[in-house]
Amino acid sequence: MARMKFICDAERCIECNGCVTACKNEHEVPWGVNRRRVVTLNDGVPGEKSISVACMHCSDAPCMAVCPVNCFYKTEEGVVLHDKDICIGCGYCSYACPFGAPQFPSQGTFGVRGKMDKCTFCAGGPEEHGSQAEFDKYGRNRLAEGKLPACAEMCSTKALLAGDGDVVVDILRGRVVQRGKGAEVWGWGTAYGNQTKQGA
Amino acid sequence: MKTAFLICSVVVLAACGEKPQDSLGARTDKPVQNGTGVAAFTAPGWKAGDKDGWANHLKARATYGMNDHVRAPQ
Repeated sequence: MARMKFICDAERCIECNGCVTACKNEHEVPWGVNRRRVVTLNDGVPGEKSISVACMHCSDAPCMAVCPVNCFYKTEEGVVLHDKDICIGCGYCSYACPFGAPQFPSQGTFGVRGKMDKCTFCAGGPEEHGSQAEFDKYGRNRLAEGKLPACAEMCSTKALLAGDGDVVVDILRGRVVQRGKGAEVWGWGTAYGNQTKQGA
Repeated sequence: MKTAFLICSVVVLAACGEKPQDSLGARTDKPVQNGTGVAAFTAPGWKAGDKDGWANHLKARATYGMNDHVRAPQ
């Protein structure tokens, strides 16, 4: 059985934010909500590393464990989803999540915190697949359309991999075997030389 | 008189009834391999309802779309 996972190859990510844009465009995510974002370590220093982060659809998801109204569920494919009709927007899940995945849109004149929104692995929600209600609340259901998440399919360097865990791990393993590790990695030596990092 | 009293009692006491308030939890989702039913947006190469076909289609899509070591000439 497929078990859906994301992996971001930090050696390939160029911090273009194409995944962020693809996600916002695909699901028409409102202002102030980023289901996916790119985090860069040692920004500006030669050898900086970027990684694209969203909900990692944990096997033992802490958000599910702490939710006081039990609005989370997991699909057969291991995708962690939630029901916005049950969510009360308390924010416990955002405290529990180690990746900062849960997002809360500001609603109303005083910016009252709305119901939680997060990456759905492009699998929609509990509404009818492909329905307008599902799109309005959760975005497109690409998995039910036979497609993989838009962020990974749009990634220009194929740094972000998404799909069946066995498949994406095989892809990453093949890359690591071919390119080696550390200074052997193609690209960095050509661009920056192999000097040690300064000011990191 | 007794019958009327009984009927009134039943009607009045009915208001004291309480609907169950058990937590139902999140609604369950239908399997994704059932598709959306919107042919225009559905990727060709698999049939709705065929779980293995759907899984194999996604594996092939991931391998072709993301594994450039397979696609690039050796």
